[in-house]
Amino acid sequence: MSTTSKRLRTLTAMGAIGTTVALVLAGCGARAGDEAAGSATSAAPSCVDTSGPTVKLGFLNSLTGGMAISEKTVSNVLHMAADEINAGGGILGKKIAYVQEDGATDWPTFAEKTEKLLTQDCVAAIFGGWTSSSRKAVKPVVEKHNGLFFYPVQYEGLESSPNIYYTGATTNQQIIPAMDFLASRGVKKLFLAGSDYVFPRTANAIIKLYAAKLGIEIVGEEYVPLDKDDWTSQVAKIVAAKPDFIFNTINGSSNVGFVKAYYDAGLTAATTPIISVSIAEEEAPAMGHEVTGHYASWNYFQSLKTETNPKFIESWKAYPNSSGVTSDPMEAAYISLYLYKALVEAAGSFDVDAVNAAAKKNTITFDAPEGKVTLDGDNHHISKPGHIGQINANNQFDIAWASDKFIEPDPYLEGYDWFPADIRKQLTDAAG
Amino acid sequence: MHVDALIAPLLNGSAQGALLLLAALGLSLTFGQMGVINMAHGEFLMLGAFAAYLVQQVITASDLSIPVALPVAFVVAGLFGLLLEVTIIQWMYRRPLDTLLVTVGVSLILQQAALQIFPSQGVPVEKPGWLDGQLTVLGYDWPLRQLFTILLATVCVAALSAWLKHTSFGRRIRATVHNRDLAETSGISTRTVDRLTFFTGSGLAGVAGVAASLIGGTNSQMGAQYIIPAFLVVAAGGIGQLKGTIIAAWAVGVALSYFAYWTTGSLAQVLAFILVIVFLQLRPQGLFTVRTRSLA
Repeated sequence: MSTTSKRLRTLTAMGAIGTTVALVLAGCGARAGDEAAGSATSAAPSCVDTSGPTVKLGFLNSLTGGMAISEKTVSNVLHMAADEINAGGGILGKKIAYVQEDGATDWPTFAEKTEKLLTQDCVAAIFGGWTSSSRKAVKPVVEKHNGLFFYPVQYEGLESSPNIYYTGATTNQQIIPAMDFLASRGVKKLFLAGSDYVFPRTANAIIKLYAAKLGIEIVGEEYVPLDKDDWTSQVAKIVAAKPDFIFNTINGSSNVGFVKAYYDAGLTAATTPIISVSIAEEEAPAMGHEVTGHYASWNYFQSLKTETNPKFIESWKAYPNSSGVTSDPMEAAYISLYLYKALVEAAGSFDVDAVNAAAKKNTITFDAPEGKVTLDGDNHHISKPGHIGQINANNQFDIAWASDKFIEPDPYLEGYDWFPADIRKQLTDAAG
Repeated sequence: MHVDALIAPLLNGSAQGALLLLAALGLSLTFGQMGVINMAHGEFLMLGAFAAYLVQQVITASDLSIPVALPVAFVVAGLFGLLLEVTIIQWMYRRPLDTLLVTVGVSLILQQAALQIFPSQGVPVEKPGWLDGQLTVLGYDWPLRQLFTILLATVCVAALSAWLKHTSFGRRIRATVHNRDLAETSGISTRTVDRLTFFTGSGLAGVAGVAASLIGGTNSQMGAQYIIPAFLVVAAGGIGQLKGTIIAAWAVGVALSYFAYWTTGSLAQVLAFILVIVFLQLRPQGLFTVRTRSLA
């Protein structure tokens, strides 16, 4: 009797866990697109079938794991852009049927899901990724299958693939404008604080070279692993180094720890401001009042007064599961889908080679919320305006500086005489 | 080298060690005393941090909300721990590897649930105004928040050891750990002891979560950074040894801080944990042996 009741209780307990797991999984895996259409299973690269009324696209974002805190929003805004485009008649008259995949913050998973999306789902293009590691995992796969990948996040540059389009900033559209801003403020002593991975390391290598040219002294450089929040020991070094400004390339939750430790050490935006390249409207609220008054360098801010921005903000606020604020990476993701639409319509085809040929004409533009961006068909990046925003008490950004014109993308910094060819080669090789 | 270059890592390291100790204190009960490898302990810490955020939504004055949040976080995380014990762990007391796997699953479920419920970038927990500012120690302006972490850890350790030593319930826990069968024969309900021990251990993780929410981000991922160091500290201190856990946590914190000061933040993590591993190679039983099975 006792054994039976024990087994029953075990079963009930396991049932409860099973249900929880199923519920959570259902929550993560929802919104899978139309799986039925184009069910060709051949591994041939050209299994994309657009003969029906729809075109299949793949969205590849981390919906679970550490990067989900950032990538969920990108996934949502891609859904919103797809809904908008479908409401407007689709691409070349075909409605978008998207397949949402979870990269799960795991780089081999990104590669596997890319393979699956290209060869089993036969999608015409893939949108997503956030970390450089995820992009580098996707790159060889899209190149092997001659697929297309649209990457929406600012990154360290030094890359250009015929199968990838980059709609976030490269270094000369975010890092260099930030340095120009610092020079315009008369900064003489700069401290570099970053997370320990490829983007901050490369960005800081570039910053140091440009700082030498601008006559700015680098008085310290500190890195903390991405998954560590406690910056107190490093901030003690900042206090001792007495810089005028901090250049912050920290990413993720670690940024919250940095801003808190900074405030607690008695350093303020009034005396020693921070300029960041990864704190945006989405991140600022989690940092509380400690972040108010500091700066960020982006191309897009919610506070930008452009023609298309109000409609973008309004649509996003009304969109289900929306975070309520717009930010640079999500705007870049929004651009990516519209840019693809413009490319396909210019090419008159979903064929990858035809799309790339259409890009080469350098005539593809989109009236983005950040302004009218133009695609560079050679390096697959887009022109962007440089903006520096100062965080106000509502966690919005007051524009403190703007570039005088749209900055043409230069991922290899070939137009900058202070960037020597040997270092370009060294950094490019190191970035793989 | 200035004096503050020597004193700053010592003070900050002690605070870092105190946070590590808060995270490890609950484990020293559930893992050390009960032998349960609970990989969801980091997520109980996360629950404590989210509890602090929720308390701040009700009591908006942060001067008051953090003191209120501490007991609330203890109870919330404790109740989740109790739920885990009653639904899952009680069936697995003699299967540590199964417990490990199942609790990893539970930690993933809790992380994803937090991601679905709260804003994905995390939520702000405002520090009380009375923790603004610094205390000047030998020329170094030491953030008051660091001192608070140390005081909180001290209070928790004192309360826990007093509870284990001087209350009848503490005696029952120690009796159960010492000899479960004999304790049962003497009329002690070991089931109740197990449950209350698990409740207390998990509750302490909740308190650690409040401290962590003042230092770093409050989000679905925050628990993950504490779980491995906390286990290492418990193992290095000697399983079942509160005293060992305290010394090990402090030593790891101070080592981390000095290494971070002399090298870089990344290298410090590597060096500090190499030290722990080398130490465990030389002394696998930890700082103190379990011979007497006493707690303090």
